[in-house]
Amino acid sequence: MKYIFKIFRFDPEKDKEPYFQEYEYDFLPSISILEALITIRDEVDSSLSFRYSCRGAVCGSCGMIINGNPDLACRVKLETLYPDEIVIEPLANFEILKDLIVDMGPFWKAYREIRPYLHTKNKPPEKEHRISEKAMEKIYPFVNCILCACCYSACPVVSKDENYLGPAALAKLYRFVKDPRDHRPYSFLKRINTQEGAWGCHTIFKCVEACPKEVRPVDGIEGLRRKLIIEKIKRLLRFRK
Amino acid sequence: MVKCDILIIGGGLAGLSAALKIPQELDTIVISKVHPLRSHSGAAQGGLNAALANHPEGKHDSWELHAFDTIKGSDYLADQNAVELMCKEAIPTIYELEHLGAPFSRFPDGTIAQRPFGGGEFPRTCYAADRTGLVLLHTLYEQCIRRNVKFLDEWLVSKLVIKNNRCLGVIAIELASGKVVPIKAKAVIFATGGYGRVYLRTTNAYINQGSGIGIAYRAGIPLKDMEFVQFHPTSLHRTNILITEGARGEGGYLINKEGRRFMEDYAPHAMELAPRDIVARAIQKEIEEGRGINDEYVYLDLRHLGAEKIMKRLPGIREIALNFAGIDPIEAPIPIQPAQHYSMGGIDVNEKCETVVPGVYAAGECACVSVHGANRLGGNSLLETIVFGKIAGREASKYVREGYIDFKSDRELNESAKEIEEKIKVWMSRTSGTRAHELLNKLKAITTEKVGIFRNGKDLSYALETIRQLREDYKKAYLGSPNLKFSQELINIIEFELMLDLAEIITLGALNRTETRGSHYRRDFKERNDKEWLKHTIVIYTDKGPKISYKEVIITKYKPAKREY
Repeated sequence: MKYIFKIFRFDPEKDKEPYFQEYEYDFLPSISILEALITIRDEVDSSLSFRYSCRGAVCGSCGMIINGNPDLACRVKLETLYPDEIVIEPLANFEILKDLIVDMGPFWKAYREIRPYLHTKNKPPEKEHRISEKAMEKIYPFVNCILCACCYSACPVVSKDENYLGPAALAKLYRFVKDPRDHRPYSFLKRINTQEGAWGCHTIFKCVEACPKEVRPVDGIEGLRRKLIIEKIKRLLRFRK
Repeated sequence: MVKCDILIIGGGLAGLSAALKIPQELDTIVISKVHPLRSHSGAAQGGLNAALANHPEGKHDSWELHAFDTIKGSDYLADQNAVELMCKEAIPTIYELEHLGAPFSRFPDGTIAQRPFGGGEFPRTCYAADRTGLVLLHTLYEQCIRRNVKFLDEWLVSKLVIKNNRCLGVIAIELASGKVVPIKAKAVIFATGGYGRVYLRTTNAYINQGSGIGIAYRAGIPLKDMEFVQFHPTSLHRTNILITEGARGEGGYLINKEGRRFMEDYAPHAMELAPRDIVARAIQKEIEEGRGINDEYVYLDLRHLGAEKIMKRLPGIREIALNFAGIDPIEAPIPIQPAQHYSMGGIDVNEKCETVVPGVYAAGECACVSVHGANRLGGNSLLETIVFGKIAGREASKYVREGYIDFKSDRELNESAKEIEEKIKVWMSRTSGTRAHELLNKLKAITTEKVGIFRNGKDLSYALETIRQLREDYKKAYLGSPNLKFSQELINIIEFELMLDLAEIITLGALNRTETRGSHYRRDFKERNDKEWLKHTIVIYTDKGPKISYKEVIITKYKPAKREY
C-alpha cells in the first residue's frame, strides 16, 4: 500500500531552518514506523538520521512524534494510523542534533539530579533484604519506565521551564522513595521540594497519555508531594518538642 | 587523542559490571555505540540462575548441581573449572545485585523468588517478573551514575590497535560528528555482546552486529567455538521479538497445528523445559513436517495459567503479544518460531577474562570462556555477564597497576586513525557500486537458510562460497550520502566487513565439525563424537583467511555422558 511520509529534517550546520521532506513508498500496512523508516533510509535517502535499537519497545531509543503523538516508532504500526499520510517529528522540548535525533542532555541531567540509585542506611544483610512482594508491587509500575522521554516531550511544564525536572526523573525518584530498602535523608529531597521539582507539575496528565509503558508519572509525582508534606509535618513536630 | 587507563567497550551488563569493579583512581571510560540504557541486555526477560535454594522444591539445590546442569546442558563442551567458578559466584552475585537495588520478585517469605527454567533440575532462576534484564541494566547504570563513571555515548569502536603483542588502544568514531578519534588505553575490555544481526531471524536488537568480536579477531585475537549459535525456541512470529523461556517456566505449553503438546515426542520427561537446542529443533521439525500453522509457526499456549498469573509474572510478554501481534495471551495462544538468540562462541578468554594479548580482556556474550559450551542454559547469560564482567574489571585493574609498562604509542594510533579516514574517503569518493545494507540482506538470507538450526556439509559449503563472493562485492562498497553526522550507513559499511568475517568463521567451524553437539546439528553427522570432537574450535585471522586449530576442553569431575531429558 502506498504511504506518504512527511519527515522532519534538520542539520543545524547546513540548514537555515528545519523542513519536512516527503517520501512516497509502498509498505505492508502491518509493519512498524521504525521498519518503514529503516526502509526509507536504506532504499531512498541514506542521509536520514534517527535512533533505534531493540525494536521491541524496551530500550527506549526510538521515541519520536508520530502524527502529533509522542510514541516509540517500533511499536506503532502503519495500519493503526489514519490517513495514509504520516508525519514524523523529533521529540519536542529538546534541541535538535540532526533530523529525528535530539540532544537528550537535559533529560539525563534531570535524571542525575534526583540521585537515581538505592540509598540504604545500614550495612546490607548477609543474604537478601526480606521484603514482601506486596511492598514491591507499589514500585513495579515505576520500575517499568524505560526512560524513552516520551513523557518529557509531552509535558507542558517542561516546555515552559527548562529547569523543571520533568515526569520521568520524578517518577524514577518515587520508585526509590517507595522502595522499602531505601532510606534517603530529607536532604536528598530538597531539590524536588520546589516549583522545579514535585510542585511544578500542573497535573495535566499529558505524561500519562504519552507513556508507552503505562507508567503514570503523575501518580509518582503526587506520591512525592505526599511524602514531602509528611516530612514537613514530621519536622514541625520535632521542632515543637 | 582521548587517553585513559581502562577502556570498556560496551555499556551493557558486562561492561557496567566491569566498570563498577575498577577502583575510582583508575581513569576509566565506558564507550558505547548507544546510550548504555539502550543496550541489548535490557531486553533479557526471564532471569538469572543461582542455587539460592529459596524455592520450596529447591531446598536441596547447590552450586554443584547448578554446575552439573550447565555442563550437561553444554553437551560437555564447557570448561568445567569456569562453570564451577560461575555457579559458585552466582549466589553472592545475586545478593550483591539485590543490595544495589535490583527489584527482584519475591516469595511469600520475602526471599528472592525463583522459577524453573530449561535444563535445570531445580527452580533456580531468580527474576523480576519478565523484565529482569531491564531492571539489572538500570540498577548497574544507577550505580555507575553514583560513582561518576565516565561514558562516551554513541561512539563506534572500529579498530583495536596492538603492536608487539601489546594493547595500545582503539580507533573510534564519534557518531554525532563522524570524526575518527584515536583512544589510548592501557587496557581494553570487550563487552560488546553478540552478533545476532548476522542472521535474518534473530531476537537480537538492531545494534547487535557483532563488530566487537570482529575487531578483536582482525587484531589477531583468536575466537573460540563460533559454530555454536543458539536458536531460541520461542520468538514472536514475524518480528522475532523474544518471548521468554520463563513463559514455559511458569507452565506454558507448546502445541502444534493438531493441538498436541508435541514435546512429548522429543523430551518426554522435561517436555517444554528441555534445553533450548532440543526445543528449538523440535519446533523446527514440527514446522518442516507440516504440523506448524501456515508452515511457519507453532503456538505457545499460556491460557491455562489464568489472567492473574499472566499479569503478575509475565506482564511484559502480554504487552509484547498485544503490541506486536495483536494477541492477548490470556485469551489466545501466541504464534512463535525459533530465531537466532545467542552466541556461545566468542573471543577466546580464560576464566580470568584474559585474551592472548596482555591488557585485552573480554566478558559477556562477546567472550567465550567457555561456560556454555555447545548450548547455553536459559538464565546463565545474565549471570555470566555479571560474574565475568566483575572479573574482567578486577583483572584489568590489576594489570594496569602491576603489569603495565608504558611506551610510546601515539604514532601507531594516529596512523591507524588515518587508515580508517582514508577508507571512509574511498567509500565517499565512489558514486556507484554496492551498498552495505544490500550486501547484509544477502548475507542474512544465507546464514538463516544454510547455517541455521539444521545443517549439512553441502549447505555449509554453499554458504561459504556465497560469503566469499559477498566479500568480493564489498570491495566495491560506497556511501550514498556524504553527510557523516549520525550516519547509520557509515556504521553499517564499517561493521559489514566484520559481519562477513563472523559469518565465515561460523560456517567454516560448522563445516569442519563433523558431529552433532548441542546447538550444532549436522544432518549428515547426527551423533556426538567425543573421541574426535570433544575439543574447542579456535580460529585465528591471517591475510590468507581464517586459520583453524583446536584446544582441549577442561574437565574436572563431570565425565561426558549421554544427554537425555
